[in-house]
Amino acid sequence: MKKTFSIGGVHPDDKKISAGCAIEVLPTPKTVYISMAQHLGAPAKPVVAAGDRVKTGQVIGEPSAFISAYVHSSVTGTVKSVAPYRDLAGNPVMHVEITVEPDEWAEGIDTTDTLVTEIPQDVRFIVDRIKNNGVVGLGGATFPTNVKLCPPPGKKADILILNGAECEPYLTSDYRIMLEKNGQIVVGAALMKHVLGVDRVVIGIEENKPEAIAKMKEAAASLAAGSSDYAGIEVMTLKKKYPQGGEKQLIDAVTHRQVKSMGLPIDVGAVVQNVATSLAVYEAVQKNKPLIDNTVTVTGECFPKQSNLLVRVGTPLSYIIEYLGGMPESAAKAISGGPMMGKAIANMDAATLKGTSSILFLTREQTKRNPETNCIRCGKCAEACPMGLEPFLLNKLARNNMYDELEQNAIQDCIECGCCLYSCPANIPLLDVIRIAKGEVIRIIRGRTAPKK
Amino acid sequence: MNKLLVSPSPHIHTKTSTRSLMLDVVIALLPSVIVSILYYGWSAVVVLASSVVFCVLLEYLITKYLLKRPGTVGDLSAVVTGIILALNLPPTAPWWVAMIGAIVAIGVAKMTFGGLGQNVFNPAITGRVFLLISFPAIMTTWGGAKGFIGGVDAVSGATPLGIVKEGLMQGQTIDQIFAAHDFSYLQMLFVNIGGSAGEISALAVIIGFIYMLARRVIRPYITLSILLTVGVFSGIFWLVDPSQYTDPLFNLLTGGVLLGSVFMATDYVTSPMSDKGGIIFGVGIGIITMLIRYFGAYPEGMSFAILIMNSTVPLINKFCKQKKFGRA
Repeated sequence: MKKTFSIGGVHPDDKKISAGCAIEVLPTPKTVYISMAQHLGAPAKPVVAAGDRVKTGQVIGEPSAFISAYVHSSVTGTVKSVAPYRDLAGNPVMHVEITVEPDEWAEGIDTTDTLVTEIPQDVRFIVDRIKNNGVVGLGGATFPTNVKLCPPPGKKADILILNGAECEPYLTSDYRIMLEKNGQIVVGAALMKHVLGVDRVVIGIEENKPEAIAKMKEAAASLAAGSSDYAGIEVMTLKKKYPQGGEKQLIDAVTHRQVKSMGLPIDVGAVVQNVATSLAVYEAVQKNKPLIDNTVTVTGECFPKQSNLLVRVGTPLSYIIEYLGGMPESAAKAISGGPMMGKAIANMDAATLKGTSSILFLTREQTKRNPETNCIRCGKCAEACPMGLEPFLLNKLARNNMYDELEQNAIQDCIECGCCLYSCPANIPLLDVIRIAKGEVIRIIRGRTAPKK
Repeated sequence: MNKLLVSPSPHIHTKTSTRSLMLDVVIALLPSVIVSILYYGWSAVVVLASSVVFCVLLEYLITKYLLKRPGTVGDLSAVVTGIILALNLPPTAPWWVAMIGAIVAIGVAKMTFGGLGQNVFNPAITGRVFLLISFPAIMTTWGGAKGFIGGVDAVSGATPLGIVKEGLMQGQTIDQIFAAHDFSYLQMLFVNIGGSAGEISALAVIIGFIYMLARRVIRPYITLSILLTVGVFSGIFWLVDPSQYTDPLFNLLTGGVLLGSVFMATDYVTSPMSDKGGIIFGVGIGIITMLIRYFGAYPEGMSFAILIMNSTVPLINKFCKQKKFGRA
């Protein structure tokens, strides 16, 4: 019996049509735009000015708070401007614009392909390298990895879970790195295992990726044979069900522990990192290479060329699309991320971020929402909700601004996975309504629990 | 560059729609429809046609001229109500009885409350019960219909449940009644002795049930809890006094228990949202049905039981929540 999370979930079509495309290095564009808001938390503070020459891997932004991260130049060149530039949604965000010249790497970066398997014993050294090289979570939230690896005093992890579920339809970037860079991912896991002081690492992969499961098992076994640093790293095959890659769902699937409402994974002794983050940790620690590139899936039935590209952070999306032959006429919507939780792209001139995992194109037919009709009380939304909520009820309460009742019915637990809206036969925009009300309820809760001035 | 759509996630949607769900229910009802047409012939066709046509027509007219809202007949829920109402009528019922049933079902029980999803009581059953009380003679006459399959004669007279009730009131024991009327369970499973169109074949209903489960239209809890409750309840009484109380198999195969538990109690709108609630709902229907059958004035209690339990659904929904993630 394969494991999965215990409540709800849906089974959208897999559509991993780019799975067979090996990772290809995208040529560097003429200009990159590197955002200072690459991560969750406070934006980085730019430390370069127009006219400065920067090398590949050089720091151009410093963390401005505890939850913030370093940002590095992904190219060699001359800073053209440090100014607001429009992001995916079209909002102005501070960017460093760099005119690209041939690569010249900053001091101390190992750019060779040799797999470095020896684990440094100094925990401080590992954490500093992760921090200084700007590693953030690449599973979606882009939370600074060094912060996540240092639990607050009194809390101790006993398991590290690597998220290789890639449960969203279409996405294949994690799949490709598990096939092509599995050794690096396992070394990254061993580094984080050492930092956390845990004995067990579980790499959770859904059953629809048998090749990745086999490759990862092979890599873990061969490294474990060489050193005791790699003991306790196992691969777990999970049933295919969305949202398996949700942090709380994955912990439930692997350990059968449920993170309490408003709680953190560390409360149940778990830390979850994406496989792509593990790869970034490997590069940061073993190669001293900052997070300046990442794998991006470019896909969609209407898109002429499926691909998985290694892209420098800050590459304009329009450059990627032109490289692959331009945008098809039939594409109605471009999405950064998967079709269930990804964000619609409003501005194709925006640049990629560390956390950009895919550019997905859907036709009007594929993404069309039919007109809303009466709720038929079928309960399919409640059946689908992985948090055990009642979206039909939250929808009604939200439309009547009943915030006390919304809180009692746990709207704040919503993870915005979209299962309710996806499964509603009456096309009721459940999540749209719930998302807005949830924001309001969380504001109310924060206002109540915040210390009185 | 062409203009891009920008809207919140999720960006894809399941193909299941209200219409596709209702279409699945119609398909699941087909075996029962076919059996009733084969068995009762043209009379069944007339009842079925008039019931469906009037249900759909009424919903169309009401949305267009009274509510002045976009039409909703396309969701096929009126078709489902029409078929289920027809399967609840004797095949010899005149077309205007079906029409009155449709007026009550769609006009009173459904559209008055705001249409699909808003009604408290199952429309088809409300229509049926209205007819049963208003036209008791027509609603309990089963004879006279001529079927399409040779060698099968529609027997005039009461349903098995009616015969038993009658016999018991005259002081006969169950054994005597069964011996006098030659009831056979095999016959009940395939084609019953007498009954409304939908009651006559248990097998046809079961096929529809399996189809709906396979297509994930319904979950099995409501249906199974009704059947189990009817079985256990009648089993206890039958073991205590088999001369006065009919046995479980007889109770499961006769009357509207199967049709009601598969197609009417599982109506999304008028049944609880959660599985736990569904079980409470089902147990309630089973008990009330058997209380009416054993101790009530009517030989059959399924319709009344469903209507009574329909009224408890908001309360059940309030107290039966599914388990939330990470909360005790």
